[in-house]
Amino acid sequence: MSMILGVPVAVLFGQLLLGLINGGFYALLSLGLAVIFGLLKIINFAHGALYMLGAMATVILFDTLGISYWAALFVAPILVGCVGVAIEYFLLRKIAGQDHIYSLLLTFGVALIIQGVLTNMYGVSGLRYSMPDVFKGGMNLGFMFLPYYRAWVIVIALLVCFGTWFMIEKTKLGAYLRAGTEDSQLMQGFGINVPLLVSLTFGFGVMLAAFAGALAAPIYSVTPVMGSHILIVVFAVVVIGGMGSISGAIITGILMGVVEGLTKTFYPPASSAVIFLVMVVVLLVRPSGLFGKEA
Amino acid sequence: MTMIKKLLTTAIATTLMAGAAQAEISNDMVKIGYLADMSGTYRDLAGPNGLIALEMAVADVGGQVNGKKIEIVSADDRNSPDVASSTARRWVENDNVDMIAGLVASSVSIAVSDILEESGKLGIVSGSAASSITNEHCTPNHIHYVYDTYPLANGTASAIVKEGGKTWFILAADYAFGHALEADVTKVVEANGGEVIGNIRHPFPTPDFSSFILQAQGSGADVVALANAGADTTNAITTAGEFGLTQSGQTLAALLLFLTDVHALGAEAAQGIQLTTGWYWDMNADARAWSDRFMEETGVRPTMVHAGIYSSTIQYLNAVKATGSDEAQAVRKQMIATPINDMFATNGRIREDGRMVHDMYLAQVKTPAESTNEWDLYNIVRTIPAEEAFRPLSESQCPLVTSK
Repeated sequence: MSMILGVPVAVLFGQLLLGLINGGFYALLSLGLAVIFGLLKIINFAHGALYMLGAMATVILFDTLGISYWAALFVAPILVGCVGVAIEYFLLRKIAGQDHIYSLLLTFGVALIIQGVLTNMYGVSGLRYSMPDVFKGGMNLGFMFLPYYRAWVIVIALLVCFGTWFMIEKTKLGAYLRAGTEDSQLMQGFGINVPLLVSLTFGFGVMLAAFAGALAAPIYSVTPVMGSHILIVVFAVVVIGGMGSISGAIITGILMGVVEGLTKTFYPPASSAVIFLVMVVVLLVRPSGLFGKEA
Repeated sequence: MTMIKKLLTTAIATTLMAGAAQAEISNDMVKIGYLADMSGTYRDLAGPNGLIALEMAVADVGGQVNGKKIEIVSADDRNSPDVASSTARRWVENDNVDMIAGLVASSVSIAVSDILEESGKLGIVSGSAASSITNEHCTPNHIHYVYDTYPLANGTASAIVKEGGKTWFILAADYAFGHALEADVTKVVEANGGEVIGNIRHPFPTPDFSSFILQAQGSGADVVALANAGADTTNAITTAGEFGLTQSGQTLAALLLFLTDVHALGAEAAQGIQLTTGWYWDMNADARAWSDRFMEETGVRPTMVHAGIYSSTIQYLNAVKATGSDEAQAVRKQMIATPINDMFATNGRIREDGRMVHDMYLAQVKTPAESTNEWDLYNIVRTIPAEEAFRPLSESQCPLVTSK
């Protein structure tokens, strides 16, 4: 078997594919952050907690109401999106126009509260959630065994990411959004309800996080602390991609998944640090990020 | 002259008073501090329910010893040796705490035991895994009660090698505990004629194990061993199930798995996994009876750590009662002299190095068909006798033992 740096090519293919799949999660999460920051200039530190809320909601909806995985993929993001709208309406709106640090601290506080309350209610060992029957098993690709569910994750994550990008960059609604946040007074003059637009945008960013959470529920331990680990990584991804760049967040998310996957193969102990290393290098060479506009 | 006389009399009087105080219960009360992870990764296996186990023990001795009240204080150590150290220091120096119980993260236990040694107070470690706590880090001021990494490696690994699992691939958490467990397992595997053909040290914590599981699968080893804990272990087991690791003929061995972890996984995902435990709630009538009481208070079944906290607190309070003192050395001596026979252990005993040795158990997770309720999770496959389970004193590096 041919080898690259002491690793069989087949193994490398497997790791690349897994990296792509993890990159799908990063892309979904960093996309939500980028939408919220890019359009509203809010640094949302509650993003990890809202991702966790999406996963918890999926499990709890199934346990209490018997809501299936498929329904939860819609219901959980909508419920959590409502939480997001409430956070925007009752809290973030009060500090609109202040320095970024205020929204950062406020959302961080909200994240700690959500996490603390759920820890008290559900503990930290994790909630049980079984894989939907359709996804049990997998296919043999020759170089690896690919569980059906992972294949589904990459497909749906890419679709949702592309859809979001398309909506914001290519449709009229997206144009309103971008314009409304660029010059809200002018847009209001045109008869557009900008505050509503802001609430909905924040809610949409949160829905993306919750969707990623629902997608994660069958394969990762669902615990109240699951979001705190991933939040920092996702922030690094957004910084690498360029704060606020929609396409940058998607491409960087997938790219970083692959970089992390390769590190896990060649030097596992560094795999949790590699994204931050990339971030340092990018910030030194190109402070506005790979896809950032202002250089 | 008078000055010297005065000094001398004061000195003698103080010495006498100190001596007198030693044979008594200081401050007219026995004060126990419960220090544990109350909100982080180890919350469920110890945490607030461990405090309830401690309160049960105090209530069961009547809330007082020899007419002196027992008081409990508690704090969250946040799994941080720094936070734990400052709390422990305040407790023993200002708040008259006589004994510190709980103690979960190994790093926390090691930090706190140093403070206990300086201040001459006692600590009983119930949650930690590192066997170094009573080896190179032993002090005359603490006791390690429930289990440690030595029997974890010994119990599970030797059983699996004997069943024919000759080649091993170890997935270890990349910090002190994971390294220690990895080393202990490697030793046991090699001593039994097996071979470790690969290992990965993964960052702590790792949310996604797919890459590592794929590498373990590719190694072709008979056994894939997990030398990690908590969410890392449950995540790795879930992913191994998803990628069909056991279906492809490999055995999955989780070296440290608590009842709460198995409960979170469920019998479906965890079935067939072998593990070593110090105690199981359904292992005998005494254990069952106590677990029923615990469940009434908490709504969940106790882990071995919860049971250990209850048992060790009863042992401690009985020793205070017998000696009529809460002075650490007097109590520790009495505890060493008293065999432990209760809901937790049969013929358990505390050694000079502070290690409580007792029978350990090799368990196997039941299949969903065997399991009659959500907590009915283990079959006890084998009892590992105390002498075989723990590191023998002859191999100890503890100065309390080697200097003799």
